[in-house]
Amino acid sequence: MIEWLAEPWSHVFMQRAFAVAVMSAVVCVAVGAFVVLRGMAFIGDAVAHAVFPGVAIGFVLHVNLTLSGAAAGVATALAIVLISQTRRLKEDTVIGIFWAGSFGLGIVVVSSQDSYTGDLTSFLFGQILALGDGDVLLVGFAGLALVLATFLLRRQLIAVSLDRETARASGLPVLALDIALYVMVTVAIVISLQAVGNILVLALLVTPAATARLLTDRLGPMVLAGCALAAFGALAGLYLSFYYNLAAGGLVVLVITGMFVLAWLFAPRHGLLARRRS
Amino acid sequence: MATEAMRVSGLTVSLGGRPVLDRVDLAVAPGETVGLIGPNGAGKTTLLRAVLGLLKPESGTVRTGAGRPGYVPQKHEFTWDFPITVQGAVLNARARWLRGPNRDDRAAAAEALDRVGLADLAKRPVGELSGGQRQRVLVARALARRPSLLLLDEPFTGVDVPTQELLTDLLARLAGEGAAILMTTHDLAQARATCTRLCLLNRTVVADGPPAELTDPGLWLRAFGVAASGELKALLTGTERPQ
Repeated sequence: MIEWLAEPWSHVFMQRAFAVAVMSAVVCVAVGAFVVLRGMAFIGDAVAHAVFPGVAIGFVLHVNLTLSGAAAGVATALAIVLISQTRRLKEDTVIGIFWAGSFGLGIVVVSSQDSYTGDLTSFLFGQILALGDGDVLLVGFAGLALVLATFLLRRQLIAVSLDRETARASGLPVLALDIALYVMVTVAIVISLQAVGNILVLALLVTPAATARLLTDRLGPMVLAGCALAAFGALAGLYLSFYYNLAAGGLVVLVITGMFVLAWLFAPRHGLLARRRS
Repeated sequence: MATEAMRVSGLTVSLGGRPVLDRVDLAVAPGETVGLIGPNGAGKTTLLRAVLGLLKPESGTVRTGAGRPGYVPQKHEFTWDFPITVQGAVLNARARWLRGPNRDDRAAAAEALDRVGLADLAKRPVGELSGGQRQRVLVARALARRPSLLLLDEPFTGVDVPTQELLTDLLARLAGEGAAILMTTHDLAQARATCTRLCLLNRTVVADGPPAELTDPGLWLRAFGVAASGELKALLTGTERPQ
């Protein structure tokens, strides 16, 4: 058993994969807690897809794919926040428009390239087993900054989540806080792309935080439990990928989705069985 | 007389090109409890939001005294499924930048919880409260900031009788301590019992005075666009309705 657990750690590419997957998972949950509590899952999805044209354009122009992806994601997030301020359109409508629009742009840009390139597909599906030390450092520093920012702004983010109008009336810069949260979501998504890829990143952002919400009625324990669940899912997914030679990103997502289903069934107070019994 | 806690002069507000408030004048002095009464769409909530600085008036001015007004929104404005305790929700009303609550914050939150009778439920998640208890949490959140002007939007709607009695008593005490209170309400009986002054609003101020003086059915006709029924008049004059 110990040998089974230790074996993957003897490979440098697995060490990097473990580090990036766990850090991505923790960062996504720290930000994702607010995404879940404010019903913003759809915006996470939109930003994840908005990163795609950025990556495609970066590929065509030969600039850093992470940076061009982040720029496109942030631009889309800002457009959504600002256009959503006109309360005539509901936010999910605005998100739907940009989600589809940005993905369309990405498809057009990709179709302008002759070869369907591996570099681009790795951004869509993750490249967790092919990371360099630079990737590990980038995720580490950006992730640390993000967790710190979430921690420092948490009281104001909670105030806006509880009651926007009262938060505004008490003098909080609600629009700036909205923008900050959207940018933080974007950065969390961009740095997690390498772990699970563009399409599955939503699972890291939403699923562990939602699972933890079923287990507790306090925000602090919810975030800590969510981080633990996500980190476990990341490790378990990588072990399974290592031993069964299956897609790592997909396995990470399957493990955390499985934990969500278990929590939905067996959570002490809010689970299906607990509610049946009461 | 002490200086006014709030004065609105010639306030005109349009929302989406539609005039909602038209040259509204209203002042509230410390110790006064003013009830804002009018039909749906009369602009009651809009007037509160203008006083809070949440919307830009087309013309006119809003002046409030020192400090920001305390605001008690309608219950549906609050995210009740957020994972936070009653105490956490009240403490959060005093949230500071980059710093945790200090001793003064904790004292203010504890005092606010005590005044609304929720000290025993401080550790309960807000999602598990009844309608009346939720209303009290919103009042405690406003009181935790120790405002000199308190604005309440329909505080008596959808709450149980004990909470109604507690709120009536609490508002009277606050006014006695010198707070200025402005609240919207649909409940004429409650308004009459709670308020020292009533302001009939229908896009503009139709009438403004102590409840005992607002007995002219013509005023109510203009405010609500309906004839003052026997029942309404009985409420206003405090007499029993003839059977």
